[in-house]
Amino acid sequence: MRISYDARGLAEPSAQAPRTATVERGADGATAVFDAAELTTRQINLELRRLVYDEGIGDVTILNPGAKHSIAVGILARCRITIDGSLGYFGCGLIDGPEIRIKGRVGWSVAENMMSGVVVVDKNAGSLTGAALRGGDVVVRGDVGARSGIDQKGGTILVGGNAGTMTGFMLQRGRQVICGNVGGGLGDSMYDGAIYVGGKITSLGVDCVEAELTADDGEFLARKLRIYGIEPPGAFRKFVCGRKLWNYDNLEPAERKLVL
Amino acid sequence: MCGIAGIIHRTGPGDIGSEMTRMLQSMKHRGPDSSGFALYGQPTDLLVMRVKLADPSEKRDIGWAERLERHRDEVEHRLAKIGAMVDVLHGDQDYAYRVTFRYSGDLKPLADYIEDVPGCEVLSLGHSLEIIKDLSDAESVAERYKLTGFTGTHAIGHVRMATESDVDISGAHPYWAYPFSDIAVVHNGQLTNYHMWRRRLERKGHRFQSECDSEIIAVYLAQKMDDGLSLETAMKQSLDELDGVFTYLVVTADSLGMAKDEMAAKPLVLYESPELVALASEEVAIRAVLGREIDTYDPYEREVLVWNR
Repeated sequence: MRISYDARGLAEPSAQAPRTATVERGADGATAVFDAAELTTRQINLELRRLVYDEGIGDVTILNPGAKHSIAVGILARCRITIDGSLGYFGCGLIDGPEIRIKGRVGWSVAENMMSGVVVVDKNAGSLTGAALRGGDVVVRGDVGARSGIDQKGGTILVGGNAGTMTGFMLQRGRQVICGNVGGGLGDSMYDGAIYVGGKITSLGVDCVEAELTADDGEFLARKLRIYGIEPPGAFRKFVCGRKLWNYDNLEPAERKLVL
Repeated sequence: MCGIAGIIHRTGPGDIGSEMTRMLQSMKHRGPDSSGFALYGQPTDLLVMRVKLADPSEKRDIGWAERLERHRDEVEHRLAKIGAMVDVLHGDQDYAYRVTFRYSGDLKPLADYIEDVPGCEVLSLGHSLEIIKDLSDAESVAERYKLTGFTGTHAIGHVRMATESDVDISGAHPYWAYPFSDIAVVHNGQLTNYHMWRRRLERKGHRFQSECDSEIIAVYLAQKMDDGLSLETAMKQSLDELDGVFTYLVVTADSLGMAKDEMAAKPLVLYESPELVALASEEVAIRAVLGREIDTYDPYEREVLVWNR
């Protein structure tokens, strides 16, 4: 597969939707399936957009995604997408509405800046999972890399396994649920929101403190884990912002030392 | 950005030349400037040395061909003078040569003596390691140096997008851990205490051929091993002593290792099976050699892993 570039450096400037999907129309809506093995990134996304937007099909399955990057990005419609394999980097970013299930693993930056919808990953995810997430649920049944939910502004990130360093870095709003262990610097410089951890914690980041688990937290955790069929760990601990860094103009020397 | 890749066969040799070419070509978008291979063939009692006499980015003036020929003869002459029995000297390019020879002395005086020839750089030296690096993408380099069918047990490779130093062969990876036989390194990242370590290592008598920060890692590990540390211990110490962001791969005569900095700032995807271990900056590179559904994971921050063939 050769990818061409135009004079402006744009990859695949004249790609067309390959129209290779098999569509089946039944009583409860239409479904479509297509094989991505021989398609380029742009062809895959054009075919997906054609099916969802032009044909109005609410259930699309992509076979053999082969860990390609930037698949299923920018889909702004309610629909169901099944990825029958693994994705590379920047998968399912900038989406608003779809329910996406990935049967393999994903690389870095899955569901980046997602506005609403659901992304479920059956295996592992790389770093920066749900970066700048605004809403919806991002669920990873396996382990995630570093900096999950960096700059997260809403929604929920749910991890069945372990998470790496700087999880919840600069978290602004929303929630993260890590059933396994987390690496160092948990919740570093978080502004708000909550992180629930079921396993061991290597270390807390700057201005991240433990809070008491409330009955509401218990209800939230039980509900989310039940929806996605994730086995709850023994007990959760809750971490929130210590709010020492909210006001920069009158920091005490000790607090100044925290940030610098 | 750069892309790195490594592969080690645990149950006997394979066509690592073609495999590494496919891995690197699938990551061409991470670095189109230059491509490099460190390949481990079947070890023999001969030493194999890869040298370059000039850089392809240099201006080819009127005396270029003649001068290169003179320098090649000088290399041959110096090998004989220092007591090496040359077996075969073969040039894939007029500026890049592969020499096999018999030699029982120390490698450092030999490497220093050869590199004293103007423009000459020893790219690799050992009983099975061969480093091939040049400008342009992996397929072009593999074609120019006839790497298809290169049989061996393990390899690492690199596609480079130059950010810290020039686009030339000296700045391309992999780096040989001068003057230790059969050790090489590829790196993705930037080291911020490069100048400090360079001065420190130069005081100990090490030579640097480029301005590239990655060269530090190879020489750093070489120095640690010279101090008597194992490869794994040296790699673990590097996590505290090297600053900046890095994921690097290192290969020795019979092992392949990886190390990741404490920020986990540079990617690496790992596939492990009883037959082989493959690592790369992107999963597409691993799939380029396996061609079947695989499960992979990302090593975490401060991880050091070593596999043997």
